[in-house]
Amino acid sequence: MNWKTLDDTQLRRLKALVFLTALLPLALLMAAAWQDNLGANPIEKITHNTGYWTLTLLLISLGVTPLRQLSGANWLFRLRRMLGLFAFFYACLHFLTYLVLDQFFDWSAIAKDILKRPYITVGFAAFVLLIPLAVTSTNAMQRRLGGKNWKRLHSLVYLIASAGVVHFAWLVKKDLSRPLLFGGILALLLALRWFYKLKSARLRRSYSSV
Amino acid sequence: EKLASSLSEAYGLTDKLTPLEDVSQYNNFYEFDTSKEGPAKMAGRLKTRPWTVSVEGEVRKPKQFAIEDLLKLAPMQERIYRLRCVEAWSMVIPWLGYPLAELLKQVEPTSDARYVEFVSLQDPEQLPGQRRAVLEWPYREGLRIDEAMHPLALLTFGLYGEVLPNQNGAPVRMVVPWKYGFKSAKSIVKIRLLKQQPTTSWMQAGPNEYGFYANVNPEVDHPRWSQAKERRLGEFLKRPTLPFNGYAEQVAGLYAGMDLTKNF
Repeated sequence: MNWKTLDDTQLRRLKALVFLTALLPLALLMAAAWQDNLGANPIEKITHNTGYWTLTLLLISLGVTPLRQLSGANWLFRLRRMLGLFAFFYACLHFLTYLVLDQFFDWSAIAKDILKRPYITVGFAAFVLLIPLAVTSTNAMQRRLGGKNWKRLHSLVYLIASAGVVHFAWLVKKDLSRPLLFGGILALLLALRWFYKLKSARLRRSYSSV
Repeated sequence: EKLASSLSEAYGLTDKLTPLEDVSQYNNFYEFDTSKEGPAKMAGRLKTRPWTVSVEGEVRKPKQFAIEDLLKLAPMQERIYRLRCVEAWSMVIPWLGYPLAELLKQVEPTSDARYVEFVSLQDPEQLPGQRRAVLEWPYREGLRIDEAMHPLALLTFGLYGEVLPNQNGAPVRMVVPWKYGFKSAKSIVKIRLLKQQPTTSWMQAGPNEYGFYANVNPEVDHPRWSQAKERRLGEFLKRPTLPFNGYAEQVAGLYAGMDLTKNF
């Protein structure tokens, strides 16, 4: 079997596996909550955990294209939408945790937070920007928008991920090691993207000059 | 290890106590680790005997106190205090200790002693978090002399009837209940009386975010978050934060005429 190509059955199985794996962090969190194992500050734990997985899944979904280019395994591409939607799913959980558990619908406190706390402002903006990407993730929406527009819209994900890293860095009291790790990975992914863009542009140029 | 004490009636509190498990498993003690659970896991490395505390500087009788002597220096009292962290969560803890004033009287501060600096232990072998320069080590905190002499400022050796768990600042720490938690230095090895206001580790780390006074104040926000409310651990809804953490009646007079937005 050639690992670079998968038939439909294999792809379906792989997708089911990725789907279940992506649900694992939520399952573990729910199990911990069920066993009263979330520590002294459960709301903080849930907030941090869902935020962590939002960023992690965003970075994984951004890693799909460079990984495909490096490996030549084109089926990776078929997982990208699911990973992106899972990032959105955890972002929704993260936002709902803030809205319900942390602030308990205290709308004036939330409005103040969004206007006055820069890390909330940035995090909220990133969440809002994710919504149009999730809404236009279907094949039908992709066709309606047209490939070029769709691509342009979805390149917002780099801005969103950057905002996510800034959101994390600004809320940390002092130890920046984890936000910096996320930021480093994001910078690497961006660098790879530019590298391949330049390379394909150069290839196109050399073809057209033949 | 049990620690004998008598409950000081004047310092009882009707607030519900935070369970010992939460008090000892949810800690900010960057010398061990920057996570909340880390300090409890790493705390076994700290050796609290032998231990001496050196009291020096602007005093007539500088002295090194063995921890055994410090424990006997004044009657141990149990005091239930609110603890408000600058991160906007809070606990209620039954501490064991006696006023820092009892110790300071013994060394006879001179009239030049206007500030007190607390220096915590520095030893990366015992405190592995010090291998990273998260803060400038050793941890340094400070009080103005009148704050340090205030009867609420407690030199603390225990909680919940026992000696302090290492992760809570064993064998001896400060508890200054009207200030944010980081003002209460842990695992103290040196107390220095000074003419000038010392620069603390947190002031160095973020001069715009952490001032010398750090009095609990719902009116003065941290630049990156509100201090108007707090989550009392174990409660769902946030509760309003009280000026001076509810100790305004006792301590507000110390700051008469001061602009607390500038002296944050």
